[in-house]
Amino acid sequence: MTELLEATAQPTPDPPTPDPMVPRVFRVERTRQDTRDTYTLELSPLDGEPLRFAPGQFTMLQAWGIGEVPISISGDPHGSGLLEHTIRNVGNVTRALVHTSRGATVGVRGPFGTGWEVERGAGGDVVFIVGGIGLAPLRPAILHVVRHRDQYGRVVLLYGARTPDDILFAPDLEHWQDDCGIDVAVTVDNAPHSWRGRVGFVTSLIPRAGFDPLRTTAYVCGPEVMMRSSALALRDRGVAADRIRLSMERSMKCGIGLCGHCQLRELFLCVDGPVLGFDRLEPLMSRWEL
Amino acid sequence: MTKPGNVARTVMLDGLQELIDALLGRGYTVFGPTVVDGVIDYRPITSVTQLPQGWGDVQDNASYRLRRRDDDAVFAFACGAQSAKPVLFPADELLWRARLGGAEPEIERAVDDKPAPPYAFLGLRSCDLAAIGIHDRVLSSRQFGDTHYALRREDTLIVAVTCTDPAGTCFCVSMDTGPVPRSGFDLAVTELYADGPHRFVVEAGTPRGEELLDQVASTAASDEDLVAAERVGAEAAARMGRVLDGTNLKDLLYDNTESPVWDDVASRCLRCTNCTLVCPTCFCTSITDASDLTGTTAERHRVWDSCFSEEYSYIHGGAVRESGRSRYRQWMTHKLAAWHDQFGSSGCVGCGRCITWCPAAIDITAEVAELRRLAEQRQRPQEARP
Ligand SMILES: Cc1cc2nc3c(=O)[nH]c(=O)nc-3n(C[C@H](O)[C@H](O)[C@H](O)COP(=O)(O)OP(=O)(O)OC[C@H]3O[C@@H](n4cnc5c(N)ncnc54)[C@H](O)[C@@H]3O)c2cc1C
Ligand code: SF4
Ligand code: SF4
Repeated sequence: MTELLEATAQPTPDPPTPDPMVPRVFRVERTRQDTRDTYTLELSPLDGEPLRFAPGQFTMLQAWGIGEVPISISGDPHGSGLLEHTIRNVGNVTRALVHTSRGATVGVRGPFGTGWEVERGAGGDVVFIVGGIGLAPLRPAILHVVRHRDQYGRVVLLYGARTPDDILFAPDLEHWQDDCGIDVAVTVDNAPHSWRGRVGFVTSLIPRAGFDPLRTTAYVCGPEVMMRSSALALRDRGVAADRIRLSMERSMKCGIGLCGHCQLRELFLCVDGPVLGFDRLEPLMSRWEL
Repeated sequence: MTKPGNVARTVMLDGLQELIDALLGRGYTVFGPTVVDGVIDYRPITSVTQLPQGWGDVQDNASYRLRRRDDDAVFAFACGAQSAKPVLFPADELLWRARLGGAEPEIERAVDDKPAPPYAFLGLRSCDLAAIGIHDRVLSSRQFGDTHYALRREDTLIVAVTCTDPAGTCFCVSMDTGPVPRSGFDLAVTELYADGPHRFVVEAGTPRGEELLDQVASTAASDEDLVAAERVGAEAAARMGRVLDGTNLKDLLYDNTESPVWDDVASRCLRCTNCTLVCPTCFCTSITDASDLTGTTAERHRVWDSCFSEEYSYIHGGAVRESGRSRYRQWMTHKLAAWHDQFGSSGCVGCGRCITWCPAAIDITAEVAELRRLAEQRQRPQEARP
């Protein structure tokens, strides 16, 4: 039993730097273009101290002199020591980040926020429901499950992308499906005629996913409307609300509960979240512009 | 205000000058109320002659004006245009600068710069004192804190005053924060100017304050002075310009997110952010990054921000709070409801500044009353049903 606990234990996230508003300097070791607008950066700390994190946590990542944004960690929590971030270019800072060249440096603060706590789903079935870039924050959790596959029951990954060209981590998806005992189902919103896969919203995959609702933990990441409809569909099938975990996105300027931007009524999503149970979130997600 | 074991002293105006001198002698920058640009505001002072002697204020919705008093009181105004916030939690704070010229960026933290002299406040109102207590909780009692605030705050010395002439916009009694300072000060002063000689009853709240009081010419406060000091506080409490009914306020706000009140306020609110700038407890901030033209240095600043601005809630896809109604609702709900869940108290100290400085004359107490009236109106017909 202790062995099992040790095997499942997450690495303890690093304590915050002496001044959590001051970044550490990381060098870009590798960059990879994942899709049309999404890139992965692999970063190494100049001070040599790898950044330990729990799956689901994020850092405040910054392009010098341009700005700083919250980006989830997308790498393996038990991995090589390089910090991985997968970034979609949607604006000023993300544009600068994805175009940072090898050898250049970026600033990193964190890790911040709550994690998926995927180890708590051990002993039961697991459903990952993902929309778009949401696969990046979930990847460390999926890698954890892959590494401890025997501790979980049925594992399903339902992934919705906008178009076939937007599918992230395609080699991973194939590997998880073929070699890791994960049932991967992909759907796209729009597809050219050549696409042989499914078309439709990711929620349409839930009825056929074949998990046992009473012993399932679900991890959901994507646009807020998609997370809400997925969570409602899961709950309707009998998954307990507190076992449906969502990662919330809001504007975040500090990552440590001081700047106020990420508030969702009484929650500071950067420290109380970003990952929270649907039991906590449902009343807040159903009110417009809260 | 008198606590057992604490000996109150009576001090004359000259003694107040000695107090300022003692503070300056110890290296403090002394912030005191003074008349600037047609308002009373805290500024560095060196002399009692800079205090707003003989000045009072008249405050109402969207209006502030100074008035000449017919006495020599120096503290007989209500809260000034700003609280201690701009001093302890400046609108723009340099966090660090980085030199990017070399192979590896070098980051210098601004907290490591030569420290500024410690601050002393003379004549801080009890609403503003309560607001400092709230900022202490928000900014330096949680897992993460504001390093700059904590450092500045640690050395700050506070000489508070009892409000003797509250304004039309004041409601500290409703929020239980005034008008008499109860805790959190080094010295507390009650000015007596209505009868007898112009004098100040001073009480120490800390050993530091006690030691300072010893440097000042004073006499033991007489029983009459103590009674008079007690009375001016009580009289001020009875003359509040506004009332905010706090009954079940959290539920009222949480349950009425779709009240027509929000549309009504939104039709008047200009989203100018004035209310959040003058509010002594509003703490939202943003970050600005700047680099020089050659790109060899970068600087990061923490700057005040406001939940009334559109950018405040931007995420990819647009602002979370697009509409004016959602922004006013956020502000009021945070202040009066969510704050209790987050920090164990209200986020409003009843200073009334948001009422005075709102160009659209929006009044937080009136909006709460209207929200409550409409909520009760809606409930009543339901209750009447069998
Ligand atoms: C906890 C957390 C984890 C995250 N993890 C990831 C991740 O792993 N990968 C990832 O790619 N992203 C992630 N994000 C999202 C990412 O932080 C944002 O995409 C990023 O902050 C965008 O910043 P930007 O400067 O590039 O864009 P900005 O220039 O700030 O623009 C962002 C959006 O704001 C809106 N906007 C900006 N200015 C205006 C304007 N004037 N008018 C109207 N709208 C405007 C637009 O909709 C625009 O798309 C995460 C967010 C959070 C909160
Ligand atoms: S909300 Fe208004 S009355 Fe309350 S503390 Fe802030 S400025 Fe003062
Ligand atoms: S409530 Fe008044 S002060 Fe506040 S943003 Fe609206 S118009 Fe400006």
